Amino acid sequence: MTSTSPFARTRRALVATAATAAFAVILSGCSGGNAGGGSSEYSAPEEDLSAKITYGLWDQNQVPAIEENIEAFNEIYPNIEVNVNVTPYGEYWTKLQTQASSDTLPDVFWMNGPNIGLYGSNGQLEPITGAVDAGDLDLANYPEALVDLYNVDDVQYGVPKDFDTIAIWANRALFEQAGVALPEGDWTWEEFQSTASAISDALGGQGIYGAAGGMDGQTTYYNTIFQAGGAVIDDGTSAYDTPEAQAGIQFWTDLIASGASPTIQQLTDTTGDQWFTSGKAAMYWGGSWFRSALTDTELAADVTVLPLPEGEQKASVIHGVSNVVSAASKNKQAAQAFQVFLASEEAQQMQGDAGAIIPAFDGTQGAFTESLPDANLQVFLDALEYSQPLPVSSNSAAWNAFETELLPQAFSGERPVDEVTAELAEQMNAALAEE
Amino acid sequence: MATVSPPLGSSPRAPRGRAGRAGGGAPSEEGRGRDGLWPVLFVGPLLLGVAVFYFWPILQTAFYSLTDWGAFGGWTFAGIQNYLELFADPALYLSLGNTLLYTAIVLLGIPLAVYLASLLNLPGLRFAALYRVLFFLPYVAMPTAVAMVWRVIFNGDFGLLNYGLGLVGIEGPYWISTPGAALVAVAIVGLWSSLGFSMIVLAAGLKNIPPELYEAAELDGATRWRQFRSVTVPLLTPSIFFVTIVTVISSFQLFDLLYAILGSSNPVLPRSMSLVYFFYREGFVSNDKGYAAAIAMFVFLIIGLVTALQFRLQKRWVQA
Repeated sequence: MTSTSPFARTRRALVATAATAAFAVILSGCSGGNAGGGSSEYSAPEEDLSAKITYGLWDQNQVPAIEENIEAFNEIYPNIEVNVNVTPYGEYWTKLQTQASSDTLPDVFWMNGPNIGLYGSNGQLEPITGAVDAGDLDLANYPEALVDLYNVDDVQYGVPKDFDTIAIWANRALFEQAGVALPEGDWTWEEFQSTASAISDALGGQGIYGAAGGMDGQTTYYNTIFQAGGAVIDDGTSAYDTPEAQAGIQFWTDLIASGASPTIQQLTDTTGDQWFTSGKAAMYWGGSWFRSALTDTELAADVTVLPLPEGEQKASVIHGVSNVVSAASKNKQAAQAFQVFLASEEAQQMQGDAGAIIPAFDGTQGAFTESLPDANLQVFLDALEYSQPLPVSSNSAAWNAFETELLPQAFSGERPVDEVTAELAEQMNAALAEE
Repeated sequence: MATVSPPLGSSPRAPRGRAGRAGGGAPSEEGRGRDGLWPVLFVGPLLLGVAVFYFWPILQTAFYSLTDWGAFGGWTFAGIQNYLELFADPALYLSLGNTLLYTAIVLLGIPLAVYLASLLNLPGLRFAALYRVLFFLPYVAMPTAVAMVWRVIFNGDFGLLNYGLGLVGIEGPYWISTPGAALVAVAIVGLWSSLGFSMIVLAAGLKNIPPELYEAAELDGATRWRQFRSVTVPLLTPSIFFVTIVTVISSFQLFDLLYAILGSSNPVLPRSMSLVYFFYREGFVSNDKGYAAAIAMFVFLIIGLVTALQFRLQKRWVQA
């Protein structure tokens, strides 16, 4: 009877997933838990190696470029069949957890910063050290901050596939309408604040704001914390209770309090990118990936990119996806060959030409900036120089949940910043201690 | 619990038991043998499915609630540690309270469904079939799709609801980003989308009420409202009881609507979460699956408890 209820279905699915994972573990004799080793067997396979491998990823938009990659890969290894397996991002990590628990991970798959610690430190991934030692991979070709991101306990697990940095997407038409000049070159926190306020003052009557913040650390408060000279995690403990981190949080509290940005409630209902794309916000702190949201929109002609304002120093958060090989892969040699190929200049150039992402291989990024010639996308590439990696730990999701819960209370002015950050640091440290 | 009359599927004309064969003589020995085997053959696959996909996972979950689960399946026995932690966790009481509030609001939909079903059952109502479809549509729509539409309706700045309220001079809140309002907003959607199911069940119950009773009531001079109160509602109580049980169980399992309407990065979510969302957060966000299993067992037990309680109380109000 209850199976007719849609509410029942989800819970059952969840319980069933957890239980299936449990069952699989028993079958496989508690295989999890072997710690990742430092060495890795690797040799480039013979060209006639015959194998079937799967490639797990979450972005359907990138599939065309990936199919091109596979075609080129098959010119070298005609007998390795690669099956692309796309899972939407919302379910990707839940599914991956289940697959990892039952030793059925895809042979090659996408990995991100918040999750690398979990998979790397639990022996789920094959280190790439073998391919590096053999000279088939040269990590100097990729941004250093990204290479470091995929290094867990001094073992390298991932080869960067692409990267993203953060800058400000600006609507030139709204600047003109408000009679406010576009900033040129570098600018400071104060200049950003006054520019945003000036636009809000001029166009507030039409419901237009100067800037839209958000509650996503990667695009907003991590950047300001770094700009203030602070950190989110320092030596395995939370740095939220430092004056620098507090200054980085205060930046957003002040911006919202001045009316230059919609409130946290408004931003929950309508996210920052939506305020921007609907022409209701002149500036939006966003990642380079936002480029694909502008494809074929009227807005695209008015958009330009500004560097993030400078606090004590310049900073922009860098993050990128990497390709990893499952430690349990039955066709490891083929999987590693594919991983190495995806990291090659040739494959990266194809990805870049498709325009959806910034490829990680040095010198293949030109196509991205040309994909919106008037928008000055170069800012995202320039940010590499002063970029800092996305703060992560072995179980980032646990403390990310505390950020989502507590920081809005500071942004909204409901509680003082120092009180909220102190509580956040305490909870985060408890979560970090459990890792 | 034979007092629950079959609300769906079986019409009074359907032959019950062996009554259909009355006069055909006693069934032969052979026939009885076949009868003994056939039901098992038909029900067997279903039973197997239930055993593998329901009972086995329940046992598994019960077992894992007693363990400390490592990242990818390595576990150590932890005894009742998870339960001790759970009962000391304020999040449990918060999510239990939210779930009860949600259930209470959704239950308000049942009187409404009774009234609407009786209206739809009025003889000579035009477009009755169309109304039935309209009321039932939300129930068959995907919860996520329903949630996305309501998310837009609830939008504080640009939403239809606040626009409508604005026309009559009321300034609506930011429905899904205000702690108290968020859960009520979700419950309104839950009520709305369960209305169709309740009405279908109740409509089937209404068909079982003999028209002679209404004729007699009318002869006695009873008004429509009086007929509704004195004939319809009492005779419908078995169906109402069934709908109540199902609604309570599904309300205790609130997850998808909450998750999809509020959004996973909503700051009020930790204060508005339901029991199953709490389970999801511990199991799939914090990756603490032993603890999550303990929560799942708690939800399982509490649903069993509440259902048993309802069966006990039914004697007081359900007409046999």
